[in-house]
Amino acid sequence: MKLVVNGELQEVPAATLAEAVHSLDLGEAKVATALNGEFVPARARASTPVKDGDRIEILAPRQGG
Amino acid sequence: MLSSPDFTLYGIKLRSRLMLGTSQYPSPAILAEAACASGAEILTVSLRRESARLKEGQDFWRLIRDIGVRILPNTAGCYSVKEAVTTAHMAREVFGTPWVKLEVIGEADTLQPDPFGLVEAARILSADGFQVFPYTTEDLVVAERLIEAGCSVLMPWGAPIGSGKGLNNVFGLRALRAHFPEVPLIVDAGLGLPSHAAAAMELGYDGVLLNTAVAKAGDPVAMARAFGQALEAGRAAFLAGPMESRDMAAPSTPVVGQAVLT
Repeated sequence: MKLVVNGELQEVPAATLAEAVHSLDLGEAKVATALNGEFVPARARASTPVKDGDRIEILAPRQGG
Repeated sequence: MLSSPDFTLYGIKLRSRLMLGTSQYPSPAILAEAACASGAEILTVSLRRESARLKEGQDFWRLIRDIGVRILPNTAGCYSVKEAVTTAHMAREVFGTPWVKLEVIGEADTLQPDPFGLVEAARILSADGFQVFPYTTEDLVVAERLIEAGCSVLMPWGAPIGSGKGLNNVFGLRALRAHFPEVPLIVDAGLGLPSHAAAAMELGYDGVLLNTAVAKAGDPVAMARAFGQALEAGRAAFLAGPMESRDMAAPSTPVVGQAVLT
């Protein structure tokens, strides 16, 4: 599956958003996700399918003002 | 609100009137030390892309969690209502708080808020259970709209973010304070010196939010402490009732009884 993860095109073996996050080794991390610009809550990742070309954002806490 | 020793933001009683940003410090250790030295009970944070390889966000989160104060996530960098609302939802899940420092930026050079987008986003988020801290200008009409939209706190800018200019429009900030005596008002952005923070407090503001002035100081920990002290001094001065300023001199030493020595 070719997905655009945080702006970078990657080959990710995943059928759902949850599988994608796991295969990127962020399954246990404190992150929030969006698919094609829409927020997907953690509880909905497993039931959210992904397809070629989908854009995934995986965000984590960072410094801010 | 103006005379209480503590102040309340969305039902949370706070003693420190300083809200501190967590960006641009020389090191994580200095950030942690500066946060403690400032006495701040609220730290602002953001959300950014996480690298599977570096996992920087996880380290940062552990640091913030260990400092142990309340978190105010921001929507920094968002130029549209959609981006800001989506970011707020993501922040609520990650940080587990309904608080959001809502930024909808309208102009890249000044980083000033887009008041139209800000009000719209504030309305959407407030209706969805968020407790919104809007980064706004000192405009009275925008403030009125933000309150109508559900905001119980307003955060007018002092000057453009990161500029260190201090209070750019004292008249406007004073008018805002007078117009909304019961609304907690926080000066957010543009402060460079503890005297700027003291000036905001002397106007009767409830607190200040700052980042760069501490993070980019030669000694951030000492500067954080200085800001904490300035806030206390400014607040005490406000409560003490500052004198009216005047345009002409008025002798402080009695004129009566002055010797004639010519």
